[in-house]
Amino acid sequence: MKTLAAQALIAIALLLVLCPLAILGHRLKAIHALVYGAATLISIHLAGLGVMGLLDGDAIGSAGVTLPIGLPWLRAHFRFDALSALFLVVVNLGTTAASLYGIGYGGHLAHPNRVTPIYPLFLAGLNLTLLADDAFVFLIGWEFMSVSSWLLVLADHEKPENREAATTYLVMAVLGSFCLLGAFGVLAMNGEDYSFAAMRGAVLDTVEVTLLVGLVLIGAGSKAGVVPLHAWLPLAHPAAPSHVSALMSGVMTKVALYGLVRILFDLNRQADWEWGALLMLLGAATAVLGILYALMQTDIKRILAYSTVENVGVVLLGLGLALAFRASNEPALAALALAAGFYHVLNHAAMKTLLFLGAGAVAATTAERNIERLGGLIRLMPVTAVTFLIGSAAISALPPLNGFVSEWLILQTLFKAPSLPMWTMKFGAPVAGALLALSAALAAACFVRAFGIVFLGRARSPATLDARDPDPWMRAALILTAGLCLLLGILPVTVTSMLSDVSQSLIGVDLSESIIQGWPWLAPVSAARGSYSGTVVVASGLLMILVTAIVIKGFGTRKIRRAPAWDCGHVEDNPATQYTASSLAQPLRRVFGTSLFAAREQVEMPMPDEIAPARLSVRVIDPVWQGLYAPAIRAVDWLANRINRLQSLTVRRHLLLMFLTLMVMLVLAAIRRMLT
Amino acid sequence: MNFHYSAAHLIGALVLLLGFQLLYQRRIAAVIRSFAVQAAALALAAAWQAYIQDSPHLYITAAIALVFKAMIVPFALNWLVVRLGIHKTVETALGIGPTMMIGVALVALSIVLVLPVTQNASALTRENLALAMSVVLLGLLMMITRRNAVSQVVGFMALENGLILAAVGVKGMPLVVEMSIAFSVLVAMILFGIFFYRIRERFDSLDLHYLESFRGER
Amino acid sequence: MSAVWQILQALLCVALAPLLTGIVRWVKARLVGRRGASPIQPYRDLIRLLRKELVLAQDASWLFRAAPYLVFSLTWLAAAMVPAFTTNLLLIPAADLITLVALLGAARFFLALAGLDVGTSFGGIGTSREMMIASLAEPAMLMIVFTLSLLAGTTAPARIVDHVLAGGIGLEVSMGMALIALILVAIAENGRIPIDNPATHLELTMVHEAMVLEYSGRHLALIEAASMVRLLLYVSLLACIFAPWGISQSGKGEIGILIGLASYGAKIALGAVALGVFETAIAKMRVFRYADFLGGALLLAVLATIVLYVSEAV
Repeated sequence: MKTLAAQALIAIALLLVLCPLAILGHRLKAIHALVYGAATLISIHLAGLGVMGLLDGDAIGSAGVTLPIGLPWLRAHFRFDALSALFLVVVNLGTTAASLYGIGYGGHLAHPNRVTPIYPLFLAGLNLTLLADDAFVFLIGWEFMSVSSWLLVLADHEKPENREAATTYLVMAVLGSFCLLGAFGVLAMNGEDYSFAAMRGAVLDTVEVTLLVGLVLIGAGSKAGVVPLHAWLPLAHPAAPSHVSALMSGVMTKVALYGLVRILFDLNRQADWEWGALLMLLGAATAVLGILYALMQTDIKRILAYSTVENVGVVLLGLGLALAFRASNEPALAALALAAGFYHVLNHAAMKTLLFLGAGAVAATTAERNIERLGGLIRLMPVTAVTFLIGSAAISALPPLNGFVSEWLILQTLFKAPSLPMWTMKFGAPVAGALLALSAALAAACFVRAFGIVFLGRARSPATLDARDPDPWMRAALILTAGLCLLLGILPVTVTSMLSDVSQSLIGVDLSESIIQGWPWLAPVSAARGSYSGTVVVASGLLMILVTAIVIKGFGTRKIRRAPAWDCGHVEDNPATQYTASSLAQPLRRVFGTSLFAAREQVEMPMPDEIAPARLSVRVIDPVWQGLYAPAIRAVDWLANRINRLQSLTVRRHLLLMFLTLMVMLVLAAIRRMLT
Repeated sequence: MNFHYSAAHLIGALVLLLGFQLLYQRRIAAVIRSFAVQAAALALAAAWQAYIQDSPHLYITAAIALVFKAMIVPFALNWLVVRLGIHKTVETALGIGPTMMIGVALVALSIVLVLPVTQNASALTRENLALAMSVVLLGLLMMITRRNAVSQVVGFMALENGLILAAVGVKGMPLVVEMSIAFSVLVAMILFGIFFYRIRERFDSLDLHYLESFRGER
Repeated sequence: MSAVWQILQALLCVALAPLLTGIVRWVKARLVGRRGASPIQPYRDLIRLLRKELVLAQDASWLFRAAPYLVFSLTWLAAAMVPAFTTNLLLIPAADLITLVALLGAARFFLALAGLDVGTSFGGIGTSREMMIASLAEPAMLMIVFTLSLLAGTTAPARIVDHVLAGGIGLEVSMGMALIALILVAIAENGRIPIDNPATHLELTMVHEAMVLEYSGRHLALIEAASMVRLLLYVSLLACIFAPWGISQSGKGEIGILIGLASYGAKIALGAVALGVFETAIAKMRVFRYADFLGGALLLAVLATIVLYVSEAV
């Protein structure tokens, strides 16, 4: 296993080398394709290492690699265990597709030289975080990931909204890192140093556990986009180039969840069931709010970003259940919940990468992200349309695709939650279940809307008229991820058997007790509880389609006549008479938006003799932004203004401030010495 | 015996569901009709308890509920609505959806409250108490969230239904109590009737909103 | 043997579905004093549609042409998995109730997309309303499954049948609430009155009919057949969960199957008459009352799980 860790580190080092190469060769046209090609190969290699780690059961508990860099008394520790292996697979499946896409896409950006050198750094940061075995390396990797992605968000900084998004992102990233630093501080309070091995032995009291979970939730939750810390996400993710958006949404949020799992399930296992209940309800609320926000948007990439918020909520719900079951001494169910959550992590990485890459292809060829101005692309972009349709169906949790399997597992786990003795879980589980089911149904509505408006109907603006499918590299990336969505859905048992080692290392039981695995049946806890088989459903479904087609073709006539659309006799050639995205969402906006987002519709009707268009305007307010962020921004502004005065002090006064700070620290140290 | 318990639960749950039905309706006539059905269900519950507890005086309770609450009161209310020309729709202070959500939360609350207190009681009593308490709370909720005075009266009487449901479920409850409850309903009915006349005379409307502005609350 | 019964069940779904719809229409006609078409009229309609020339809108894409096949097959697959007359079916372990709901959801997904494909305003209005109805009906359905899984300890319909037949549930308040909620969901999902009017062609009140407005010929036949199968599915589901008497269990032999078939026929007929009476007695509601109606179903299902804690120590 040591060799696996070493190989992964070498791959990361290679990624780091790509950055100066890209800068040196910035005049060459081919450099972009070269860098992305190299990144693709390295990603495939890293994903392969992850798969090997998952398949080889002896990986658990092996020694790591220590490099003599970093802090002198600590050095840098790296380790490769089942959890890192799983997330290496998740991350590098996403980066493989995005890099492959980048071969075709990276050179055609507005400012390719702002993106290509930073991109490998981003990949390196993502992977480094997963291999870290001490807090220092973890935070270095985390910051690498944050700062490089921030630079990528700024790639198109001529647009003021991108600058604003980047600033919001930076502030939230700093807040998150700060909280994670605090969390590691809590873990290391009684231990010897900041290595993860030392932290695992630490025993915390209740107050410290509370502090730890709170800090982790803010730190990792803000990165993952948990409501109410999500507001930066739909601004920042769409602002980056599409393949980077795909990685930020599909992969970086997963690394954030990895941080949560690493701390709450591995480094410290004391979090009680109350935290599980909190995570469960928070996850359910995040899921519903995220997808409702998505339904109100008209920017295709922003819809996808909000849908990421929803899926993070779903995973969080699974993790919360796992915490609650673990604390109640139900290891088999905890392992099931964890496996369900991880399955969804894997699925979401695949489908969100696919969807963002598809959206990128649309945006690249039409120069339009507003779905109200798109339409009819299914005829012009067949490959993009089919793959985007697969992604939409998968993320709407439709069988037999992958999104359904993980939501099914999470629902099955949730149905077991009332067996816990706590009243909060008994009453919380139905509420969480209703919210989860609501979010799944709303996701279907959201993606019917996204796919239907962009790809179906007639062109709504001239921008779409000469849209074309992207080049072969980008098509390959789309087909790769779409195939992954299909495979993960059709072969669920193969996937869960690979997750077994991870639950063994985190919960202490493998999945054989949680998921009865007689191929191809997937049955949680016991076969009598209900089972599912993607393979059989696909086979019988195909058979039925075949029978239907044969009967219909054989029995009926085959005559076809093309004619103008009937539309109840309202012959209308203008594409503007089609249903728009906003009108499609109107019933749902009325039902949910009126109270949640204070959605208001205003109709301006001209007088009968006036020659003016009638206008309908919709106003939607984000309550989280109004209630939490706007006051926070005002407070920071106020504080910054105050602190600004310090800038104009004389040198002597600056020195005085430093002296006073030093004095305070020394006095504190002295007091502590006296007390002990 | 088991069947007896289950049937009692079912009838109790029917009363509770009709409590939700009261919250769901948007038209006054439908509210009054739902109330009549709820009262009839209550009568059924009382009669069933009389049968399984073998205590004939509960039949009287059932008869009172059936005659007064399921027939006379709805009839009188309908008459009032027609006579006073009251607006035919229910004016809500809070939407139907949110009200029902709060209603479900109230049921959960009453279950949590009742279960530990009655840990030693039999399953029958426990479930009955929890259901009855939910009906009472739903009645209160209706009084809070509906503006129109008629729906408030109905809410108040739904609350009474809950009390009677609790009373008939407990073994050995003397008849006097039920009589007094039934009379209190009647008294309340008369009081509200007069109340309506007074409000209408004064403000030309039955919306309590006007009463508030009169008292200077708005 | 289970493979034979499975094939029989799949064929039976398709064979009986038009009859069920026909009986409902006939009952409704009789109740309002018309003579009504014969109950086998839907068969004739389907055959007529199959033989008619297909008129395809100029803007229709491949999705529009593939959707009828997908919609019908997914619905049919779901219907074949509901234990109608026996629990001894080949596909029983492949899908539980959650999968069943999701299969129907998938069928709706493609139908809704087909509504948007031609780019007409009526298609859009249908899709928009259908997705709103689904977004509340589907969670309600899943919460009913939640309640059943708490009561019977399983989400597989066949195991629920076993449990109920073994007397494991009895007269349970939650079961009653789940029944009412399931009826409400079934009404909404099948586009029956008061949510949608299957007979309407009044433009502004259509939901399902607006979505499929552009379909003709064999495509329309498939779509019509799919909605008939879906109605049968819901009636069978109600029958198998709340009135499983007569359903043959494994090991009961051919006599059991015959009893199962006979009782299934009786239940279907009863369901058809009940639906006809209900639809005649009630008026369609406004579109923006749907949310209250379906929200009510959802809350009722949540209530069913909550009330469970009073009587049983779950």
